[in-house]
Amino acid sequence: MIWLDTIVQGILLGGLYALFAAGLSLVFGIMRLVNLAHGDLIIFAAFAILLIVGSTGLNPFLAALLAAPVMFAVGWALQAFVLNRVLGRDILPPLLVTFGLSVALQNGLLEAFSADSQRIRAGALESASIDLGPVTVGVMPLLTFASAVGAIFLLNRLFYTTALGRAFRATSDDAVTASLMGINPRSVFAIATGLAMVIVTLAALYLGMRSNFDPSIGPARLIYAFEAVIIGGLGSLWGTLLGGAIIGVAQTIGAQINPEWQILAGHIAFLVVLLIRPRGLFPRAVD
Amino acid sequence: MAALLETRGLTAQYGQFKALFGVDLQVAPGECVAIIGANGAGKTTLMRSITGVLRNAPEMILHNGIPIGALSADQVMQRGIAMVPEGRRLFPSLSVEENLLIGGQVRRGDGRWTLEAVYTLFPVLRERRRSPGTALSGGQQQMVAIGRALMSNPGLLLCDEISLGLAPVVIRDIYAALPAIRETGAAVVIVEQDISRALSVADRIYCMMEGRVTLTGRAADMTRDAIHAAYFGNAA
Repeated sequence: MIWLDTIVQGILLGGLYALFAAGLSLVFGIMRLVNLAHGDLIIFAAFAILLIVGSTGLNPFLAALLAAPVMFAVGWALQAFVLNRVLGRDILPPLLVTFGLSVALQNGLLEAFSADSQRIRAGALESASIDLGPVTVGVMPLLTFASAVGAIFLLNRLFYTTALGRAFRATSDDAVTASLMGINPRSVFAIATGLAMVIVTLAALYLGMRSNFDPSIGPARLIYAFEAVIIGGLGSLWGTLLGGAIIGVAQTIGAQINPEWQILAGHIAFLVVLLIRPRGLFPRAVD
Repeated sequence: MAALLETRGLTAQYGQFKALFGVDLQVAPGECVAIIGANGAGKTTLMRSITGVLRNAPEMILHNGIPIGALSADQVMQRGIAMVPEGRRLFPSLSVEENLLIGGQVRRGDGRWTLEAVYTLFPVLRERRRSPGTALSGGQQQMVAIGRALMSNPGLLLCDEISLGLAPVVIRDIYAALPAIRETGAAVVIVEQDISRALSVADRIYCMMEGRVTLTGRAADMTRDAIHAAYFGNAA
């Protein structure tokens, strides 16, 4: 029974990794942009929520609701004023710019909030659990996983049933022809990054409530996000959820065998999937 | 009457390579103009310039007398110009119907062209509306590309090489849609390598060679020799 519990806990942990990864996957899927500052933006959003909770005393979920539009604006502006200028055939300039942004964000957060570990307090929710018979699951991991499924479901609905989603897919297929349909690709990209930052806010909320964070841990979140995206197949959102779950299960199994193996086991699972399916489990047909 | 579209001394280049050398072109409202020329004559570059894919000096291209040469493609399209690009360029991630709908994303007013009207013009598309656009035959893809452009109810429709790579019987079907399109009052510019096809549908012809207009006039007044000289040069 302990192994069933391990696997369930791993899948639920995968929800957090999927939330880390969904924004990255969205941005990559639409504009083939790899945002190296993604992890730091998650930490930035976590500090934003912490700041709102600290200054207003609001519940963290309500604080995240307030932070989400601010983060959308941050993402929109980042894309419109910085990243759109460096997007092109050469993939190096956007990589360098987002790497620079990552360094700037880490140092900015360090300056503003110090290197002390922080946590978003969620009260009784932190330790609440539900007995499901053979396994007992924490309410927080369950909420995290449900939020990941909900976010990915909504993103998929947006992609496949709305005019904006059509514009996202068309621009992703062929930005020049999309512009011949009267669509402004730069504006579409800015909305996509804004949307990715809303998902980042959700990821930051759960990260901040579940564990300690400080300005330096962004790059490690980026690694998990990368691995989940690549396992799932670049640009596939449901694949990203599965990728997150695979890393989560590998980590909990690794930890069950030997607590020191937890992180390593996740990376090994990533390498194994990469060896077997180099394009991920659900690669998009057109990449 | 003021020209719907006008280019004045239009030049264009790709890096060091100059592709257009002072092209003057006029299209009147409701008119059908054909641009003919061999490969490399500059026809597609002319289309790319007009649509804003290649940027120019503002006053080199006028739409209803307003300079549009420096506008981006999406801004040009929002002025009521629509494009059927060379090679169809359907969006692979979108179904046939979604390809059509995306053409109507910048719809202007309550024009004639709706999804239903496009399906009436090309009935086969209704049957295939859930298929991925790129799963269709070349001719059907061309119908989608034309329908997609019509969905914005354009005042000016630009068609770049719509018969390229298609069987003659399919080309005939595609061109059979032209009268219905012109009935709406839209001006049509057709880029075509097939001279006789161009002469049969156009009011006026522009013949291009090596980035220059070498012949222009009413299609009905064109002689075979004049077109051959303009199309292939004097050496032909």
